[in-house]
Amino acid sequence: MPENTKIMDKEAMGRALMRIAHEILEKNKGSQGLCLVGIRTRGVYLAERINACIKSIEGKELPLGILDITLYRDDLTMVDTQPIVKETLIDFDLSDKKVVLIDDVLFTGRTVRAALNALNDFGRPAGIQLAVLIDRGHRELPIRADFVGKNLPTSLDQNVKVVLKDVDDKEDEVYIKNRA
Amino acid sequence: MSLLIKNAIIVNADKMEKKPQDILLDKGKIVKIAPSISEKAAKVIDAKNKLVMPGLIDMHVHFRVPGQEYKEDLETGSMSAAKGGFTTVMCMPNTRPVIDNESIVDSVIREAEQIGLVNVIPIGAITRGQKDEELVDIFEMKKAGCLALSDDGKSVVNSHLMRRAMEYAKMADILLIQHCEDPLLSNGGVMNEGETSTLLGLKGDPGISESVIVSRDIELANYLKTKVHFAHMSLKRSVELIRVAKAQGIPVTAEACPHHFTLTDEALKEFDTFAKVNPPLRTPEDIEAIREGLKDGTIDCIVTDHAPHSQEDKEVDIDHAPFGMIGLETSVGLTVTELVKKDVISWTKMVDLMSTAQARIIGLKNKGVIKEGYDADITIIDPDKEWEFKKEDIVSKSKNSPFIGQKLTGQVSWTIYQGKVSYSAEK
Amino acid sequence: MSVWTKKHLLDLKDLSREEIEMVLDTAKSFKEVSARNVKKVPALRGKTIVSLFFENSTRTRASFELAAKRLSADTINLTASASSLSKGETIVDTARNIEAMNVDLIIVRHGSSGVPDILAKHLNASIVNAGDGCRAHPTQALLDMYTIRERLGKIAGLKVAIVGDILHSRVARSNIWGLTKLGAEVTVCGPSTLMPIGIEKMGVKVSYDIDEVIKDCDVLMLLRLQLERQHEKFLPSLREYAKEFGVNAKRLAKAKKNILIMHPGPTNRGVELSAEVADGEHSVILEQVTNGIAVRMAVLYLLLRSK
Repeated sequence: MPENTKIMDKEAMGRALMRIAHEILEKNKGSQGLCLVGIRTRGVYLAERINACIKSIEGKELPLGILDITLYRDDLTMVDTQPIVKETLIDFDLSDKKVVLIDDVLFTGRTVRAALNALNDFGRPAGIQLAVLIDRGHRELPIRADFVGKNLPTSLDQNVKVVLKDVDDKEDEVYIKNRA
Repeated sequence: MSLLIKNAIIVNADKMEKKPQDILLDKGKIVKIAPSISEKAAKVIDAKNKLVMPGLIDMHVHFRVPGQEYKEDLETGSMSAAKGGFTTVMCMPNTRPVIDNESIVDSVIREAEQIGLVNVIPIGAITRGQKDEELVDIFEMKKAGCLALSDDGKSVVNSHLMRRAMEYAKMADILLIQHCEDPLLSNGGVMNEGETSTLLGLKGDPGISESVIVSRDIELANYLKTKVHFAHMSLKRSVELIRVAKAQGIPVTAEACPHHFTLTDEALKEFDTFAKVNPPLRTPEDIEAIREGLKDGTIDCIVTDHAPHSQEDKEVDIDHAPFGMIGLETSVGLTVTELVKKDVISWTKMVDLMSTAQARIIGLKNKGVIKEGYDADITIIDPDKEWEFKKEDIVSKSKNSPFIGQKLTGQVSWTIYQGKVSYSAEK
Repeated sequence: MSVWTKKHLLDLKDLSREEIEMVLDTAKSFKEVSARNVKKVPALRGKTIVSLFFENSTRTRASFELAAKRLSADTINLTASASSLSKGETIVDTARNIEAMNVDLIIVRHGSSGVPDILAKHLNASIVNAGDGCRAHPTQALLDMYTIRERLGKIAGLKVAIVGDILHSRVARSNIWGLTKLGAEVTVCGPSTLMPIGIEKMGVKVSYDIDEVIKDCDVLMLLRLQLERQHEKFLPSLREYAKEFGVNAKRLAKAKKNILIMHPGPTNRGVELSAEVADGEHSVILEQVTNGIAVRMAVLYLLLRSK
């Protein structure tokens, strides 16, 4: 029986993102030299929300880029449907910037690995940090997040779904889907 | 050595017998035809439920000898002819070197006689080296054994030269066969010019390249009061021109090939080089006109234009692939399936088109009819046999046929040449 | 429509509207890659691509090669004169030999129509047609459509005129297939001797009067006129062609304000179009070249990353 377990509702998600925004600013001692890069698809929307939180704190937005990592993935032949390549939009120079990479779920670490490779092709940042809404464990690469909305122990046959209003046209939430 | 055919339904061009007959063959002749023959024979064939026809004739094949024996030689060509039901074939002279002198004619005839499966009569060239410049020694060619001359593969384009050839051939009493194609109009075309060539981006050969020469030679024949035979007619317009000419009493004759009454230029859609043939496959209207011409006598005979090419020759692009397809082993099947079974022509008409008329046009004595005293050349076919034309069954040295995999009705059961079985389906 | 299933790109005739749009959408992302400082992504790392050109071409070959390299594929170039084809090997043989070196994709250009199809039938590698005879040049048509869509925002409903030697043009044929599938109204215009029989069956209008055509088209696609056509008796003279069908400023003045002038290159300035038109504000000829790389990257990527 597949069964969905709700992990986070709209309010919880908002609080988590605000906390991450504070932590980013705290760790980097303000917004100087800082920029955000969201990983398509949901990372982009989370980055926009975090940027809004930062604006509410600092009074100004950070530069925000969009990264499509399709071309850098190492598992393309293993996925069933071929992902559509979308544009990457980073219209500012990454050199000597502190980049906060943002994604929805951190799992094996392969997406982040691909994103790190991709960022390399856009210049040489002073540093890269990682923010994720959910860390569900099971890393296959030596990667860890600097900012985490929620640590969520899962088993491999479970699926973590992040639902965002801007993408899915449904109320924000995070749930675990148990496979049948 | 005698051969007795029992229970034969004899089909001649003028009559299909209702009652079975027995036919006794001996010393290369048809000795006796009677309702029941009790004489002992060395070999007996039971032709029950089969049709027994005069040996089929194909006055247009390419056996590639001399010079291109890697495509076909006289032995494989003869085997292919016998399997196709043919007892007489005429082979075209566009060989390397060209059959344009007595010694080459003589060597082809002698080698074919030694093989002994089919009567091979070489056709000599009209012009030396088929160069469209000067005439061959026409009397010499006739004495060597040629019954016809042709520059097949190309036309005698020079109108003056064609006029002289026709005048001279009339005196020598030898048939001229014209390959009708004005090369300035065909201009390197590799398929029929039309919608399909436009879609495929292939260079088109317009039908007028054929009809212009047909038209010119009808005018020459009319003026000179001499005959000319048109090879492999492919075009509706050619059929129309010949129909009018014949109605006016102009002594022209014509032939058509099975691929021209069965396939359209769409056969090239996947760039199949086996469907590249000259004249090219044309349109449904042309097919219809060729069928009509065969039916009403405008076109006198069915020939194959059997043109073997090796795999290496054909495994290239369409532009560079040579023209031609093999045809001896599919001619009966295609004619029965597409013409007889579809009620375009009768069995007697088939015999006329594939044997009797050709014997008359070439001037072959004692052939083309099953009659006492005539040559013992006989083809026995199973009229209802359904079969598939498979590559592995082809006995020709080359396998370049677009009909591979096609299901056909009507198959040769036995071919008898000079009173001996040259091919039997039972083995 | 999110899964690409085609193994080869032989002719736009074989692609659906959705598939054409998928190539164009994918190309958009690749255009961004080409605009980066580091113009390379690892998407086709470890793949081997051979370009097998039996006909000379500097531009198409360079465009394909850059496309492959920007995707990190390994590429080698073979030309007919350098290959063993001259020694009597058949085309299929040559291609089989190349494939035996474990090649993933072969880009073929040949002077004879259908060669890419013949290779596709005999080989396991993916085949991309880089121009065959007078029949198809699918990547050129895709880049033309990409350029139109980028400039005008759509293709459906646009009036596109293709002008010149339609008879011998694979660019025209591929564009006709593609543009009509995407809903454009296509008119072909050129001398009657260079208009192939039955072209209307491809769903286009035929005109012999460029002044009439230029008045209301959104895109004017000029074809290269091979200069030998005059000697082949298709034309009285190039001078007359330039007068009757060439596009100059005076002729262009009658056109819509935002008309696009396209040309697959290389141009014969003074024949198909005047220098001022080629370099003028309506000309997108150089954009076509830029977009060619993105479109070819998209094609290589889709063919090699599909299952």
